[in-house]
Amino acid sequence: MAILLISEHDNSNLKVFTLNTITAASKIDKEIHVLVAGNKCESVVKEVSAIPLVKKVLHCDSPNYENFLPENLTPLIIKLSEPYSHILASANTFGKNLIPRVAALLDVSQISDVIKINSYEEFLRPIYAGNAFATIKSNDKKKCITIRPTSFDAASTSGGTSSIENIAAVDIPNISKFIKKEEIKSERPELGTARIVISGGRGMQSGDNFKLINDIADKLNAAVGASRAAVDAGYIGNDHQVGQTGKVVVPDLYIAVGISGAIQHLAGMKESKVIVAINKDGEAPIFSIADYGLEADLFEALPQFLEELNKLNTIQK
Amino acid sequence: MKILVAVKRVIDYNVQIRVKEDGSGINTDNVKMSTNPPDDNAIEEAVKLKEIGKAKEIVAVTIGEEKAQETVRKALAVGADRGIHIKSESYIEPLGIAKILKKIVEKEKPDLVFLGKQAIDDDCNQTGQMLAAILGWPQGTFASKIQHKDQVIEVTREVDEGLETIEINLPAVITCDLRLNEPRFASLPNIMKAKKKPIEQLNAKDLGVDISNRIQQLKVEEPPKRKGGIKVSSVAELVGKLKNEAKVI
Repeated sequence: MAILLISEHDNSNLKVFTLNTITAASKIDKEIHVLVAGNKCESVVKEVSAIPLVKKVLHCDSPNYENFLPENLTPLIIKLSEPYSHILASANTFGKNLIPRVAALLDVSQISDVIKINSYEEFLRPIYAGNAFATIKSNDKKKCITIRPTSFDAASTSGGTSSIENIAAVDIPNISKFIKKEEIKSERPELGTARIVISGGRGMQSGDNFKLINDIADKLNAAVGASRAAVDAGYIGNDHQVGQTGKVVVPDLYIAVGISGAIQHLAGMKESKVIVAINKDGEAPIFSIADYGLEADLFEALPQFLEELNKLNTIQK
Repeated sequence: MKILVAVKRVIDYNVQIRVKEDGSGINTDNVKMSTNPPDDNAIEEAVKLKEIGKAKEIVAVTIGEEKAQETVRKALAVGADRGIHIKSESYIEPLGIAKILKKIVEKEKPDLVFLGKQAIDDDCNQTGQMLAAILGWPQGTFASKIQHKDQVIEVTREVDEGLETIEINLPAVITCDLRLNEPRFASLPNIMKAKKKPIEQLNAKDLGVDISNRIQQLKVEEPPKRKGGIKVSSVAELVGKLKNEAKVI
């Protein structure tokens, strides 16, 4: 057995989720080969070869791979796939876009979003937005898997000296073209990876009132989330939605403000390490999953919360 | 231009799902079902393209048991012209679904195939990409904006870092994000009219494709329950607990 792991990077730096995926891979087999395909991506190759868990780096440098289009990467991965028992990538928008394309051409039924590895063929994955866990066994000879990064620790990045093999680029189909990438510039951390998330619900009553949430988010260096009800009411943009139909978040601290706790919202945040609920309705379902519940009017509680935070000498960032 | 839209019938997103006691799956008896939410966005986008004169015909297709037809009927009520229902009584993995859809694509010859980016039941997020792969077509996944230009289509994609814009040749597969549009509700007259629109029925096993499942579901269980928390009586107490007990701030 050997694993072909598709790294994610921007031609200069490795994306951290690849490190989590490497840790997951190491629970399947120790023979981990990492593909670094990109354009002038030598610095990434260097970075990956220093990861102790990596046995070999496959370096394919070509303008064909500059923007990681799945139509272009897939033929390369298919060509390399023959000796490998497993093909892995992160279950983020990079891996989700790419791996099904590879799996289909290998006639393999993909295993998405793995959160635990039981053996080389048996895996645990969430279904119904985490409302149930399925243990599954893959009967395909080759296995194509995406790994949920937040379920595995990041692999160590120094001390390794893996071998590097240069790989020739293969023909691309020329059916897709990259135009541009606009990174959302926010002072705040990204919702999906933030250590702290503070979310508002219908109880916020208006978009303007989200200022109360934003002020606390700034203080805690938190991302701002919202329930579907708040998004549907037009208080805040769709990109802030946490839940089954929005983003699934797993922060260290999740603060739900004026959110009753509809099933669809809980599905997106109930794996958070610590959950705080602030709601004036003591019967709100959100309290049943909160570690700390405060039954209070949010319009009084939030300014007090900020005041209390200001009193603290230190706040973890 | 002709558009094929694939829709799936799933447990409604507002329903609290129940895991069967014997661990064999999720209870679907007497549970409210509806169209997978992003599939509604897929239908809406197709209808919008028809309204501005870019699309001539919209065909809605679903794969599943007899009642899955309801999702096609709903698509017809919103603006699809005709439907296809491929009957299957058992679960088919995304790879098998992609192979069935490929057969339909070969027969219908659409310029675009729209699907939701992910089904909210098995959460696989595979079918659109797999279909594009076996057709040899480009894919625009997690689309939040699309713009049709002659022989290409510009797709703005929701990616982790923000937005990515790509240009893909037609024919192409597009998987739709919830942000792509606001799905409309079907009006009563349109629901009545939809009852007269044709739905062709086919059997999955008659299509001559290998739809055998490769993955065995060994067990389905509830996620570990959270331990009950406590109620605090003041904001000061809450901040104190977060700082000194939970140590998260």
